[in-house]
Amino acid sequence: MSTETAAATAKKESLFSKKNRKLLVDPLDDSNPITVQVLGICSALAITVQLQQAVIMSLSVLFVMIGGNVIVSLLRNMIPDRIRIIVQLVVVASLVIIVDQVLKAFQPDISEKLSVFVGLIITNCIIMGRLEAFALGNKPGPSFLDAIGNAMGYAWILLAVSIVREVFGSGAISLPGMGQVKFLPTEWFMSEGGFYENNNLMILPPMALITVGIIIWIQRSRNQALIEEN
Amino acid sequence: MAIDKNSTGYTFLFSIAMVVVVGTALAFTALSLKDRQDANAADKKMMDILGAIGVSADRTNANTLFAEYVVERVAIDLDGRQVSATSTAVDPKDKADPFSINVKKDYRASIKSAVKAADGDEAALAAALSDKDLQFPLFRCVTDSGQNLYVIPVVGSGLWGPIWGYVALEEDMTTIFGANFDHKTETPGLGAEIKESFFTDKFKGKKLDVEGSALFSVLKGGAPTDENSVDGITGGTITSKGVDEMINRTLKVYLRYFESQTRAQR
Repeated sequence: MSTETAAATAKKESLFSKKNRKLLVDPLDDSNPITVQVLGICSALAITVQLQQAVIMSLSVLFVMIGGNVIVSLLRNMIPDRIRIIVQLVVVASLVIIVDQVLKAFQPDISEKLSVFVGLIITNCIIMGRLEAFALGNKPGPSFLDAIGNAMGYAWILLAVSIVREVFGSGAISLPGMGQVKFLPTEWFMSEGGFYENNNLMILPPMALITVGIIIWIQRSRNQALIEEN
Repeated sequence: MAIDKNSTGYTFLFSIAMVVVVGTALAFTALSLKDRQDANAADKKMMDILGAIGVSADRTNANTLFAEYVVERVAIDLDGRQVSATSTAVDPKDKADPFSINVKKDYRASIKSAVKAADGDEAALAAALSDKDLQFPLFRCVTDSGQNLYVIPVVGSGLWGPIWGYVALEEDMTTIFGANFDHKTETPGLGAEIKESFFTDKFKGKKLDVEGSALFSVLKGGAPTDENSVDGITGGTITSKGVDEMINRTLKVYLRYFESQTRAQR
């Protein structure tokens, strides 16, 4: 970072102070929502067959997460304690419905594939967890960063798992708007008379769990502090 | 703050304000995106209809291809009488257009419960549906080789939720030219396989048994098949039965129409 921007950010109540940077970076590794807190596993398993679905899902969660965290943080002094969970739920549900409607209008094919899982963002434990644990007690700025951090922590696992599954399961990579791009010439595939057969196990749900397990294994062997004592 | 935010009055006021704000925001989003969503749904419907006659279309060319291949859209009633017919350009907003008949909604609203109550008794089913004022759409298509095809939408129930599809009949009105199916929530790997080509390809060239007790059968997985039946999906028995039921129930209505058509031609 250049000195100029550093000075500018320092004036703005140091949005990128050490504490705030921790909010952003911690969920990527040390307190990753999926691999460490084991939240939001359900959708991570269900929609990681193709990269394009994972990208759209990650963006949707990012939007809902930021929106939810900031709105709840702004309202934190106004929300009556007795109905705070309901208020959080209403905020999250409204944002999810907006995402769902927008997808239906602009990405109908992906919306069809994600089907119920967009709706299930409402019950994604990561979002409710961050609202309750962080946004209710912090200012909008840090809540915003916390939302980005956690959504990114969720997103990179989703993207990693879906890349592994799509490459080995379909021999291709897909991005929204680009469709599926195959790595190998079509005639190499066994269905076209070639020699290469996709690994069908990769497409099936258990492989998502195994892939997440391998990521957790690699992560803990690199970051020994995460290993629980028995 | 002067107001006690935990008082009952404040809690009520807060909830009311929240509901009003959220309701307005959601209603606004839904209304402003509705046109696009409806257009997408219409495109998807056209793609499915074209898929049944073996024309693969995507969202960009569905409209043009549909106009090219589908020459006439007919609405018929339960007794097989023609209610209306049109061959102008599709207007998804026009409620009188046979294209706009929502067969899924009709099934959900009236046919589903009647089928369940009749429990295989055809006369009872016909009686239950007779006062419902149902309309059934039929799409007449002409292929590149000049062959006349009739595309019929079918809707039924699988194991977990609705299943639907399109069956294309050849000019003799008894030979199946092609079919495609889709589902909402069938089990992946089992019932969900009805949408895969290995299953739908089996329907090609099969015939409807106009004389027999059942027009067409989807048999339990692995059973020997003849020209009036296909092999169902092993492990997806209930879904296969649903396909069987929706084809037989729906096609019977259309056969009445076809019979009256052939009589008129003679």
